[in-house]
Amino acid sequence: MGELNIKTIAQLRDGFRAGEFSAREIAEEFNAAVEAGRALNVYTVETPENALAAADAADQARQSSDLKPLSGIPLGIKDLFATEGVDSTSGSNILKGFKPPYESTVSGKLKAAGAGMLGKLNMDEFAMGSSNETSAYGPVISPWKRNDGSNAALTPGGSSGGSSAAVAAGMAPGVTGTDTGGSIRQPAAFTGITGIKPTYGRCSRWGIVAFASSLDQAGPMARDVRDCAILLENMCGFDPKDATSLDLPVPQWEAGLSSDLKGKKVGIPVEYRIDGVPEEIDALWDKGVEWLRDAGAEPVKISLPHTKYALPTYYIIAPAEASSNLARYDGVRYGLRESPEGGNLDAMYAATRSAGFGAEVKRRIMIGTYVLSAGFYDAYFTKAQKVRTLIKRDFAQAFGECDFILTPTAPSAAFGLNEKMSDPLAMYLNDVFAVPASLAGLPAMSVPGGLDSQGLPLGLHLIGRELDEQGILNAALAIEERAGFTHRAEKWW
Amino acid sequence: MSVNADQVRHVAKLARIAMSDAEVEAMVPEFNNILGWVEQLGEVDTDGVEPLTAVIDNHLRLRNDVVNDGDCRDAVLKNAPDAQHGFFAVPKVIE
Repeated sequence: MGELNIKTIAQLRDGFRAGEFSAREIAEEFNAAVEAGRALNVYTVETPENALAAADAADQARQSSDLKPLSGIPLGIKDLFATEGVDSTSGSNILKGFKPPYESTVSGKLKAAGAGMLGKLNMDEFAMGSSNETSAYGPVISPWKRNDGSNAALTPGGSSGGSSAAVAAGMAPGVTGTDTGGSIRQPAAFTGITGIKPTYGRCSRWGIVAFASSLDQAGPMARDVRDCAILLENMCGFDPKDATSLDLPVPQWEAGLSSDLKGKKVGIPVEYRIDGVPEEIDALWDKGVEWLRDAGAEPVKISLPHTKYALPTYYIIAPAEASSNLARYDGVRYGLRESPEGGNLDAMYAATRSAGFGAEVKRRIMIGTYVLSAGFYDAYFTKAQKVRTLIKRDFAQAFGECDFILTPTAPSAAFGLNEKMSDPLAMYLNDVFAVPASLAGLPAMSVPGGLDSQGLPLGLHLIGRELDEQGILNAALAIEERAGFTHRAEKWW
Repeated sequence: MSVNADQVRHVAKLARIAMSDAEVEAMVPEFNNILGWVEQLGEVDTDGVEPLTAVIDNHLRLRNDVVNDGDCRDAVLKNAPDAQHGFFAVPKVIE
């Protein structure tokens, strides 16, 4: 057999249905790829038996013509999702050993649709990071290398770094990610894969460990646009257990795919051309505009005047929400407990949180606590929420003139491990293009555009109107067809 | 605005994170760096702008006031570092 692990989900699904191979063969090949790729530190837990059980169920379902949408497809699940009976730790020491007695809505929907689980994917601790280096399990190593022979270990991006590396290395055909301020899109761009964050509220947040509740959204990462559409259809949907879940039908995004963009206008925001971005990223952006024009879309210049304030706004709101959400890790109900000899309850809280959280998580909890504290709340938090209103208004006005927006996904290609860890602000700047859409709750996705001069993937970023996932999937498909991105990381692991 | 070591210590106390003096000292410049950077929001005129409360318009749903969960004590306690007699156990609060 062989090579099943570099097929797309659509190819696996259709080949399995046509009887070219069995679900068991698919699962066995991916299980073997997961095991062979341990040097990349992609999975925190491997669950080969789960993938095989789902595969056997799929093979039986094929015999009785009782197939589900994802029958035969094994997936990787980001460690942020609660999975029943399987360690779910959000990349943190404070949740080590936590085995949820329940399943997150999104992973449960994927399993109900027939998918198997290959394992849990490494990530930045509580999804706070852009390089996967804050994980308590250590960083994920990208399968990609620079072409200069330096052999430097690169980041697969973050926070969904295990997710992006798994797809790029053929250790899963598709995965779940979550995106609070770019955590699906930036890693997708860094590893030459495709990822979409839907409109806020499309995917239930129930059972996903909360980072910043007004921003967190789950979404799929996969090899191409069609696979993202397939997975997204099986992740979205109303959930009464999430107060911000949207009570709307789930569109048939795969059936709706069309790269004919006639009559569409693509907005090019002038504020996204910023200093310090390599010329080849701006050049790829220009190429993306031409690809969309070739597909029938008309480019129009737009303005999003508050763009430069998006990151500082985000770094008030996200830590504020995180400081509140992470208050629950207190050593009482689950995870780690540190009890100083003779110490009282308060001492137990403080010691547990000091031992269990990593440096970046502590930093954000501290910033969040400060901006919410008496005397500073209005100056920081309320101010940020007002600027957020203006950022959202910018997009609403821009969408009066265009149907979707094209920008680069990230201001650089993948960087080396340890290159940015000492400077939090430099790390935060990675998400400069991704964060505005998060603050506005809009659907956004990254699609590979090409390689830079170092041989590393670069992504193009599409932002859509509220609930118009189809619009950006179609534009991404038009780019995918024209970019002809077939590069893969050469196997060295 | 900038913070000093005492203020960082106070925030750490509010956040229930034990920090050594060395950790506090190390955090002061990092903290001020980040605060200095986010303070550029002061340039934005937000007079008359409402703070955002819901990123996508939604309505608050109500459900019937009936029990729809429960009877799962053992599952709830299963991950507790210390559970005794069907309760979460913690260090003594009152002497």
